[in-house]
Amino acid sequence: MTIRASKLWLGYGLAMVWFYFLLWPLMGIKPEGLEFQTSLAVWGKVAAASAVLLALYQLKQGGAFRFLEKPAQAGAEALAAVTGRVPTWLALCVVAGAAVAFPFLTERYAHDVAISVLVYIILGLGLNVVVGLAGLLDLGYIAFFGVGAYTYALMSVHFGLSFWLCLPISGCFAAIAGCIIGYPTLRMRGDYLAIVTLGFGEIVRIVINNWMSLTNGPNGILGIKAPGAYWFNKGSFEHIWLNNLEQLYFVILGLAVFTIVAVYRLNYSRIGRAFEAVREDQTAAELMGVNTLRLKLLAYALGAVFGGLAGTFFAARMKFVSPESFTFIESAMVLAMVVLGGMGSIPGVILGSLALIALPEVFRGFELYRMFVFGGVMAVMMLFRPRGLWPAKRMGVRSEEKD
Amino acid sequence: MTKATPILELKNVTSAYGRIKAISEVSLKVYPGEVVSIIGANGAGKSTTLMSICGVLKPVSGEVWYDGARIDGLAADLLPSRGLCQVPEGRRIFPRLTVEENLDMGAFFRTDKDGMEHDKNRVFQMFPILLERRKQHGGTLSGGEQQMLAMGRALMSRPKLLLLDEPSLGLAPLIVQQIFRIIQEINEVDGVTVVLVEQNANLALKSSSRGYVLETGNVVMEDDAQALLANPAIRAAYLGE
Repeated sequence: MTIRASKLWLGYGLAMVWFYFLLWPLMGIKPEGLEFQTSLAVWGKVAAASAVLLALYQLKQGGAFRFLEKPAQAGAEALAAVTGRVPTWLALCVVAGAAVAFPFLTERYAHDVAISVLVYIILGLGLNVVVGLAGLLDLGYIAFFGVGAYTYALMSVHFGLSFWLCLPISGCFAAIAGCIIGYPTLRMRGDYLAIVTLGFGEIVRIVINNWMSLTNGPNGILGIKAPGAYWFNKGSFEHIWLNNLEQLYFVILGLAVFTIVAVYRLNYSRIGRAFEAVREDQTAAELMGVNTLRLKLLAYALGAVFGGLAGTFFAARMKFVSPESFTFIESAMVLAMVVLGGMGSIPGVILGSLALIALPEVFRGFELYRMFVFGGVMAVMMLFRPRGLWPAKRMGVRSEEKD
Repeated sequence: MTKATPILELKNVTSAYGRIKAISEVSLKVYPGEVVSIIGANGAGKSTTLMSICGVLKPVSGEVWYDGARIDGLAADLLPSRGLCQVPEGRRIFPRLTVEENLDMGAFFRTDKDGMEHDKNRVFQMFPILLERRKQHGGTLSGGEQQMLAMGRALMSRPKLLLLDEPSLGLAPLIVQQIFRIIQEINEVDGVTVVLVEQNANLALKSSSRGYVLETGNVVMEDDAQALLANPAIRAAYLGE
């Protein structure tokens, strides 16, 4: 469907006028007085750029780029035919191979980024159980990340417990925290649940911030041990600390693989199906004999476990934790990954984490505008791919009443 | 008619949404093997009655007895495993689960794999169209197919008593006939007791043994289905004559 040209340019004009109304108060009101020059300059650039884009759009609608579109489409089709023939196991092997080879081909900085991507993949997949499968909007998910991180930090500093022992302990603590937060809140639905989880997320952070005797408050906890391992060396096993980034990369890669396998198995289990049923229609699920409250608690606890695992690793990797790592913006980021990638889809969430963590690193030069671009990309995404980069399942078209 | 102990009995059940009373002092009995229909106009309290039976709505007063036990106040999710299952109004299938997953959800509480497989085959035999569409999402089915899926899903729990809420709602006449034939089959072949809530009084009474007439939340009449069909007041009020 093409929009008539006059209507298009009228809309553009209105949008630009409105844009200036929003822009001027931000840029033009200064302590020295009112000023129009800078805001007009920025406004002019934006207006010119969008006018060029709009003109290009019009040309495209008019068919001016047909000579480009045809070969591009043929190329896309050929690509789809090739990828369609590659078996899944082969694709998985290639990805796994690339993941293992990655640290040997790149340097320190890339390792650092890769480690954060993998941490966020675990967080995203954990939140995906809650949001994607069970359909519960959780805005305070990062609290479980914090519980996991602080559990390991305290255990390591006070009792000298090892990372590997603390992984399951942190998972349990996070799950318990999930149940404590979930029990009073899960009777609510939709928007109310979102607001309450937002509140609980903040409560956890504020408690950590103020409980000086236990958590050392905003100063954080120092001296957390890295994961240990036994390494075969000169005929005997010796204990080493996995301190360097390459070794940590493999630890988090292992955790991520574990998470992916666990979430995949959950997706196709009886419980996973029940999560989806609750998301689709809670009353109908109840009528089928599903205890919806208990199931939602389970979803919450399972999601929290993965948050706790990621948190444990985070503490071990940074060797330092402080409450400022667990702010609301982190919850929002993880949620954005899930939504951007495609709710309920494992490859989607992985792609979403990759996009949101790795791309800002690639575009370091634009760092100031990161949030601006981020918002723009989200808006465009929701317009053109509302079900995410890699949607969970294809929705069929509703068949007509044939009979 | 066998006057054994009723499989389902409501004793003076009153239910309300907040402060608005939807049904008051409803009493009814359903005996094993029967098809009982509850008819009445829009807003007469038919669906509320069913919701009060299956625990989604907790009655304000009165008692609900099922299979020798009092069930009012029990959570809704405990009833399917006791053999009481409802096909809710508007079907309420799970739109983004496949047809087969929808059926599996009906057998959620069951653990006997062989029995479930057997029952699934029985459902597919009853509704061949579901077999054809087993990998399709529930939301992509037509209204009639969705009704069949909702009934199949309920049958997967191997119910003793099946509550059907408006199975004919919004369906083409031919499909409605097919649905009612299946209801009869479920009752006669599988021995399931059926409670049928319908606005289409004519159809409902023709395929039931007894009927209750609800009017503004009260039972105003109960009788054999044939007698109700012949009753001039009923004919005038519900059969459009």
